[in-house]
Amino acid sequence: MMSRTDLQTLPERAVELLGGEPDDTTLRRYLHGLPGVDAVGLEQRAAGLGTRSIKTTSKAWALDKIIQLIDLTTLEGSDTPGKVRSLVAKALTPDASDPTCPRVAAVCVYGDMVPHAVAALGAAHGDPDNGLVSVAAVATAFPSGRASLEIKLADTADAVADGADEIDMVIDRGAFLAGRYGLVFDQIARVKQACRRADGTYASLKVILETGELTTYDNIKRASWLAILAGGDFIKTSTGKVQPAATLPTTLLMLEVVRDWHRATGEKIGVKPAGGIRTSKDAIKYLVTVAETVGEEWLQPHLFRYGASSLLNDVLLQRQKLRTGAYSGADYVTID
Amino acid sequence: MSFLEYAPAPESRSILKLRDAYGLFIDGEFVEGTGEGFATISPADESHIATISAASEADVDRAVAAARRAYERTWSKMSGRDRGKYLFRIARLVQERARELAVAESLDNGKPIKESRDVDVPLVAAWFFYYAGWADKLDYAGLGASPRALGVAGQVIPWNFPLLMLAWKIAPALAAGNTVVLKPAETTPLSALIFAEILQQADLPPGVVNIVTGAGATGAALVSHPDVDKVAFTGSTGVGRAIAKEVAGTGKKLTLELGGKAANIVFDDAPIDQAIEGIVNGIFFNQGHVCCAGSRLLVQENVHDEVVDRLKERLSTLRMGDPLDKNTDIGAINSRAQLDRIRALSKIGEEEGADRWSPDCVIPENGFWFAPTIFTNVQASHRIAREEIFGPVLSVLTFRTPAEAIAKANNTPYGLSAGIWTDKGSRILAVADRLRAGVIWANTFNRFDPASPFGGYKESGYGREGGRHGLAAYLAPGSTSPRARQTALAAGATASASAPAGRTPRPLKKGVKK
Amino acid sequence: MTRLAVPKTYKLYIGGKFPRSESGRTYEISTAKGEFVANVAKASRKDARDAIVAARGAVKGWAGATAYNRGQVLYRIAELLEGRRAQFVDEITRLEGVSAAAASAQVDEAIDRWVWYAGWTDKHAQVAGNANPVAGPYFNISVPEPTGVVAVIAPQDSSLLGFVSAVAPPLVTGNTVVVVASEQLPLSAISLAEVLATSDVPGGVVNILTGSPAEIAPWLASHADVNALDLVGAGSLEWIDLQVAAADTLKRVLPPEEGPDAAAPSLDRISAFTETKTVWHTKSMV
Repeated sequence: MMSRTDLQTLPERAVELLGGEPDDTTLRRYLHGLPGVDAVGLEQRAAGLGTRSIKTTSKAWALDKIIQLIDLTTLEGSDTPGKVRSLVAKALTPDASDPTCPRVAAVCVYGDMVPHAVAALGAAHGDPDNGLVSVAAVATAFPSGRASLEIKLADTADAVADGADEIDMVIDRGAFLAGRYGLVFDQIARVKQACRRADGTYASLKVILETGELTTYDNIKRASWLAILAGGDFIKTSTGKVQPAATLPTTLLMLEVVRDWHRATGEKIGVKPAGGIRTSKDAIKYLVTVAETVGEEWLQPHLFRYGASSLLNDVLLQRQKLRTGAYSGADYVTID
Repeated sequence: MSFLEYAPAPESRSILKLRDAYGLFIDGEFVEGTGEGFATISPADESHIATISAASEADVDRAVAAARRAYERTWSKMSGRDRGKYLFRIARLVQERARELAVAESLDNGKPIKESRDVDVPLVAAWFFYYAGWADKLDYAGLGASPRALGVAGQVIPWNFPLLMLAWKIAPALAAGNTVVLKPAETTPLSALIFAEILQQADLPPGVVNIVTGAGATGAALVSHPDVDKVAFTGSTGVGRAIAKEVAGTGKKLTLELGGKAANIVFDDAPIDQAIEGIVNGIFFNQGHVCCAGSRLLVQENVHDEVVDRLKERLSTLRMGDPLDKNTDIGAINSRAQLDRIRALSKIGEEEGADRWSPDCVIPENGFWFAPTIFTNVQASHRIAREEIFGPVLSVLTFRTPAEAIAKANNTPYGLSAGIWTDKGSRILAVADRLRAGVIWANTFNRFDPASPFGGYKESGYGREGGRHGLAAYLAPGSTSPRARQTALAAGATASASAPAGRTPRPLKKGVKK
Repeated sequence: MTRLAVPKTYKLYIGGKFPRSESGRTYEISTAKGEFVANVAKASRKDARDAIVAARGAVKGWAGATAYNRGQVLYRIAELLEGRRAQFVDEITRLEGVSAAAASAQVDEAIDRWVWYAGWTDKHAQVAGNANPVAGPYFNISVPEPTGVVAVIAPQDSSLLGFVSAVAPPLVTGNTVVVVASEQLPLSAISLAEVLATSDVPGGVVNILTGSPAEIAPWLASHADVNALDLVGAGSLEWIDLQVAAADTLKRVLPPEEGPDAAAPSLDRISAFTETKTVWHTKSMV
């Protein structure tokens, strides 16, 4: 449990909203008091949003926007500096045959690969709002999250020190499912603190809920609120290492939470679906869902990201078809 | 550029193979009607689609005669197994021509292609598929062994779900062994006529199904025809009343599916975002042209403001426009007459003191359009809380306790449907127990399935369509059952065992009709 | 010079695939006149075991599909059977030695019977289930659910009609099936497998073993992961012993039936492979 002094550095919004210390009991009362989710209705709404037909000019805009919102990702045990350099090159020039193709928002790598990513990006490293590419690092014993708090915090601090702009942390799902909300809250708040740089700025914190392990929509809703209360800047669906990863209904639900948070506090929190979004068709459904749930303002790198790898090439194929009028093929897009 | 202003995504009309003019479908062929032909138009822009024949009394007589012949010579002699096979064929053909039917339906009715494609037409196929399987299982329908068909059914359907209402009528009638004369609504004959082409492709014996297009007079002629054994009507309560009076004493069996003013009850522990979807779906699906529409929102007073705020926010992403655009959520009002009625009642709502609100909507210049509208501060004594508007207009009332919600929900001569939104199972079941409505949706709304019986209490009509219960409307118990003997006696004639199946002798007509 | 035929190979049908018997064994099938037709796979106990594993794996998907979907899938099978009538007629005339007209009649009846069952999927629960008016503030409903994996010894004296009559009923409510075909008249069963493989029915929903029922049946009867045992075609086996073996795991067992009316279509045959689940839920306004 955090000391009283540490509590004062927590976002005041949390303590005020909870009406007390963020311990198991208080959090449980708050989170379990949120309106429930009817799964059938939620999934139907998502399916309905998925029937939107995005064509011609809307489609062209959507494809470019999707690229600009991608966290191009490699998270394998076999990652090497060479692999990371290759990924970065792809991030900067997604389509070798089309220089007008926009850049992705960020590259997402394991914490110990951050230096290589930063080096490879060079002058192109920076804020996607400025046409540059960020570095996001997974941390906190990704993907399982099963390690001591000290290790998780060190993991985070190292990545930030090496130049990561964003940290994608995992929550302790075991603790969450066991009802230890205070512990989950505490860890997120601490990791947020570990994102603090020497100059007083913070790396942006994405909180991965691992929705595939939380399983119920009520759990996902509660975990979303918890993550935001504890200081997360983004809520993220999945590590991509567990099935199911991102789904449209889950993302819709998380967007509804973000919308409600904005209504309640005026603050804007980001959403990142990750894993399992492989086709442009699917990615467009997510854009529609964002726009029709929280509004078009959220379609920007600081409020929405796709955690994806193979999605980029599918978008490029679609983009090429719009440009040339003919269906394209795998030989016409580059490997990352 | 605003992403939300999606680029046009039109469904192509090129799939249609429309004729310039359609005849009546009698005895397996398209024949000229002897009444005065009329145009069917697209309500989205008032453009002409095709010329439709009007069936005169003589035409109706011809159609009923064809149905009678087909019944006596072919259909009543056919095994249930074979009747089923025809119905399976029809179901498959509907699936094959699904897109074509959906486009025709949206064009003629004004409803969004998204709905006709994803809801109406799939349900049509499913309805035929479901009842196909009953044709050779009638012993299990719940009317005892060997129930009998009634004979010739005269069916009159409305304009709000043209092809689906046709399926609800024809499928069980045929499965049960009856033959049919069906009159589509005046403003929406197109999909029924394409359906007639499908019947030809299915090689259905001539006369088993006859389709007579026309207006109110055609319907009246059909319903009052002396050689019709069974009348089925879906439409307004006003006309339903008239039909019930007309049929009194004739021995004709009657089922009615009429209007409604359904209460959609939202408790304070409802799954709120799904409840909002349910409210929207309840009253704005199909432009509110739904008999079972959730046209009264009864919201628990302690969450009223939140629900209304969220509802208004949700309405801002509803898209009203070209029914054939795949992104349209709200289509056109079906006719000028209906538009006038909706406008008049909405004006009354304002005059009664309710607060009117609509999202900003671009209203196209041609066609019949009405923006989705919410009235808050509605009281039970307001006309807009009592009368069926049959348009995209929601009246919002409040309640404090479950008992009050039920009292307000039941406080209507109608009783077709209701919705219950709460996270608490025991409450769903107890409230459902007490609501006097034929269809109750809990944490959902406007769900239809051929296996699920649909129909009303009180002035919403009687009889059920769908499910095993839906067969009862088209069957009589076997000729040796006590009930059949009783019917025969009451009819004032001896019922001999060799009487042709379905021809129950009837008493002399009482009084003058029409 | 008449054209040289390309004879078909007849294998087992397990998990949506066509394996030979893991034992490598086959046996000869001849026409009614004694002419060689084919070497048919002779299933072993291990094949039966694999079939049951496949059947169990398929229960979730098949039982979890909507009744409408199951009805569509079963009806589609009838459509495909209809398209292959000639093949079935040919196999029946060759093996049973009956006339083409008689074979035709059998095929017609088999297809129509299949359609009859297909039409039950979305109705059975309405006829066999119901709400119960218990004395208390409870909502109470009884619904039939599929029992799971059904092992079937198909009628031995009928190529197609007997086979279809035994296989279709359990499928209606969502059970999956492991069936031992007629030992001497197995070809129609394998041709039906080809129909299944080209239809929308998921692999593992129906598994077809050819060979000796006397050898295979005891393994099915004693297998703990089989929920029900239909001995309709086991009349010439030591079927009482099979029932005794099945009793160890309290399987639901149907006895042998003889004659042309064996496995006649009935609602009973569908209900026999279901369990009735009754659910209570409190009701309260306050």
